[in-house]
Amino acid sequence: MNNVVKNRRFLAIGLLVALLVAGVGSYYASSHPDGLEYVAGKTGFIDTAKEPVDTGSPFADYGTKGVDDERLSGGIAGVAGVGLTLLIGGGLFWVLRRRTPHA
Amino acid sequence: MHVPDGFLDAPTSVATGVVAAAGVGIALRKARAELDDRTAPMAGLVAAFVFAGQMINFPVGAGTSGHLLGGALAAVLVGPWTGALCISVVLLVQGLFMADGGLTALGTNITLMGLAGVFVGYGAFRLVLLVLPRRLGSVPLAAALGALVSVPAVAAVFSLLFAVGGTADIAFGKVLVTMVGWHTVIGIGEAVITGLVVSAVVASRPDLVYGARGLAGRRPLLAEEVAA
Repeated sequence: MNNVVKNRRFLAIGLLVALLVAGVGSYYASSHPDGLEYVAGKTGFIDTAKEPVDTGSPFADYGTKGVDDERLSGGIAGVAGVGLTLLIGGGLFWVLRRRTPHA
Repeated sequence: MHVPDGFLDAPTSVATGVVAAAGVGIALRKARAELDDRTAPMAGLVAAFVFAGQMINFPVGAGTSGHLLGGALAAVLVGPWTGALCISVVLLVQGLFMADGGLTALGTNITLMGLAGVFVGYGAFRLVLLVLPRRLGSVPLAAALGALVSVPAVAAVFSLLFAVGGTADIAFGKVLVTMVGWHTVIGIGEAVITGLVVSAVVASRPDLVYGARGLAGRRPLLAEEVAA
């Protein structure tokens, strides 16, 4: 087994874990406000938060527009987010990398 | 920890936008030294993994939750400059597509989680590594401690920004103490997740872990690697 295959397998397993966490695991996440929201509520500045700008994305608030099933709606949004992050991040890092001659 | 639109006034948001743009600009140049054919795909995966990890809010008591920030994790796995870019990409995707973190607060969020979280986490990681035995097994523990420190540090930086440009008039001490207190508890979760993930990667592919460079060479080369 050469290094290229080993790298691919490692990346595939990592991506699978990320997709499972975002697509399935996220359903079981706590829905309590996060630390900042909680502190904002407790110390009295939560009302200064403005509604987020509608960017036209179908995945606002980690749900999928038009999908009623909560588990599916959140799962699709999670998978889409992982995909978008991988695409933008991976693309950026691939462009930035130092070109090394293949051994 | 995502700051929504409205918490900070316009001048402060512009200032953090300038800081974020400068930081990302430097990172874009410095990250080249950390990225090659082998580590660039790994860095893309780390960004995707941090996005996924940030979706998992864990309860920390009193009706509050926390989630991974991922700065220390990304810095240890792929290097601090690339790590800063990973978190920035995650924040960009969250702001643009998930309505998580305000768009006018994107600079604030990048400054907090993408720069402060990453560099405090990585700095603490390096400091801890200095005092631990020089072996691979020290890397996950140092990463966890870096993660632990990074979360209250980010909370403290937010409190400072809020003191300068918060749109509500609330005593600095009150915000600081409450923010740092809760985020110290959240930091424990950050430390556990970071330690577990780094230890899994160190166990399977120590050669891909930026923070383990110089420590990974002790393993004898396998015959197939010598042949390759």
